[in-house]
Amino acid sequence: MIKVENLEKHFGTKRAVAGVTFSVERGEILGFLGPNGAGKSTTMRMITGFIPPTAGTVTVGGHDMVEDPIPAKKLIGYLPENAPSYTDMTVYGFLAFCAELRGLRGDAKKKAVHRAVEMCFLESVMYQSTDTLSKGYKHRTCLAQSILHDPEILVLDEPTDGLDPNQKHEARQLIRRMGEKKAIIFSTHILEEVDAVCSRAIIIDRGKIVANGTPAELRARSDMSGAVSLRVVGIAAETVKTRLALVPGTKRATVVKEEGTVVWARAYPEAHSTNGALARHVAETAQKENWKVEELHTEEGRLDEVFRNITWSETGKDKEEKKA
Amino acid sequence: MNNSARNIWTIAKREINGYFASPVAYVFIVIFLLLMGFFTFSKLGGFFEGGEASLAFPFFRWHPWLYLFLVPAVGMRLWSEERRLHTMELLLTMPITPWQAIVGKFIASWLFLAIALALTFPVVFTVCYLGHADIGTIFCGYLGSLMVAGGYLAVTCLTSAMTRNQVISFILSVVICLFLLLVGFELVTEWFVRWAPDWAVKTMAAFSFYPHFINFQKGTIDSRDLVYFASVIGFSLFSTGVVIRNLRAG
Repeated sequence: MIKVENLEKHFGTKRAVAGVTFSVERGEILGFLGPNGAGKSTTMRMITGFIPPTAGTVTVGGHDMVEDPIPAKKLIGYLPENAPSYTDMTVYGFLAFCAELRGLRGDAKKKAVHRAVEMCFLESVMYQSTDTLSKGYKHRTCLAQSILHDPEILVLDEPTDGLDPNQKHEARQLIRRMGEKKAIIFSTHILEEVDAVCSRAIIIDRGKIVANGTPAELRARSDMSGAVSLRVVGIAAETVKTRLALVPGTKRATVVKEEGTVVWARAYPEAHSTNGALARHVAETAQKENWKVEELHTEEGRLDEVFRNITWSETGKDKEEKKA
Repeated sequence: MNNSARNIWTIAKREINGYFASPVAYVFIVIFLLLMGFFTFSKLGGFFEGGEASLAFPFFRWHPWLYLFLVPAVGMRLWSEERRLHTMELLLTMPITPWQAIVGKFIASWLFLAIALALTFPVVFTVCYLGHADIGTIFCGYLGSLMVAGGYLAVTCLTSAMTRNQVISFILSVVICLFLLLVGFELVTEWFVRWAPDWAVKTMAAFSFYPHFINFQKGTIDSRDLVYFASVIGFSLFSTGVVIRNLRAG
């Protein structure tokens, strides 16, 4: 449905987006991740046709966004960053206006507005002016606008930003439900959201794609992936560490934490695998040594760790680079 | 109605409703009518002192000067507000062309000014009651007045696309409109004649609103004057489109 090829955007001498290529099909929910200023919003603005790319193409449902924007834009529902709305309008008036621009008239318009209002839980503020709304309602009003015409493609720029935990949950469920029949791109910097919603995730950094895969695939890139953590009581931390390092299939072992007589330790596998072999070996060792094991489990890997390792955040690696 | 006319109308309707949903419209209309009444019937306009059943001198003469401040006040928010609220991103990712948005917004504000102008109708009744006024000339006067308002408004559209700050947009358009108004006066052209070549002064004067406006007040509808106002409006709206395109290109 959406095809992005070698997309570039330069602002003066700054390359905000530097050659991004990916595609999204119907039934896919693509999570767009990246640190602030990585080029997420700029990419989305080019996909929705708000700003023209410096180079590269965006094809939406077979229509080129630059050459043939009107039919391409008809297929898209867009929630811009910060969820703007006209402050001098009521929620109903705003949605009706957007529906009219989407070509809906009369009964079709009314039906579309009521459906969107219902899906986004806006009944109670329907006739309230949009500038008196709380942030959550404002956000949902703009989200409602994007689904008015039941588009085949949804582009959502931080759809859960500024929502409370309950509203976040609702928004995620809504996205997941709609993702069964649509192609959805949404950006976020909340990593748990990727797990909860996405079928695929792209991590973008400094205008380039640095990772592209399912959440599980991304997690597997973590050092932690397949590691075995355990908690034992009454053994010296050093002993646990040395003994764990000798377990077959272990690359190295670390002590995570020590509290009184309780020790948290972790064994990292030589090869990434989550089939539990390492856990079995660790359990056997513990039994042999007569450790009092309180907890033992295989780690799945952490997205935040993967994220940190592959993105060059302004604060982290830059400084390290300068030091070196 | 075809698609593009429908989109223009949708946008125009929203803008008009926007005026009347806030106090802007009512404040504007009341001030406009009060000032009109004051200038016309006080010693300044000399409606009664003139002893003539005509509106050109006491009434219409003031319009370009009043519009100088009132029209930018009406138009200054058209695009700067869209930029400030980021609704421009929403509007221009809808399946419409930027032209439809530009024209729709312009028409809405022009229509609003026309409504305000139409509410000066008691002046027409008064002059007809007191004497034998020439309705044709009065109609031409109104048309000319509306044209000047349209010209100012198109300039304001342009300045409001240039900035997200309404005050800057207001001041810029007042200055540009003031210039376009003044270059038609001899007092001003005289000053240029001293050092600028003759053709340059004439060209500049030809760009002024004032002579074209005065032609309407004489009771003539000249195609040249209509073409003039149409070009001012066309050029300004075209430039608005260029400014918006550049904004998006970054």
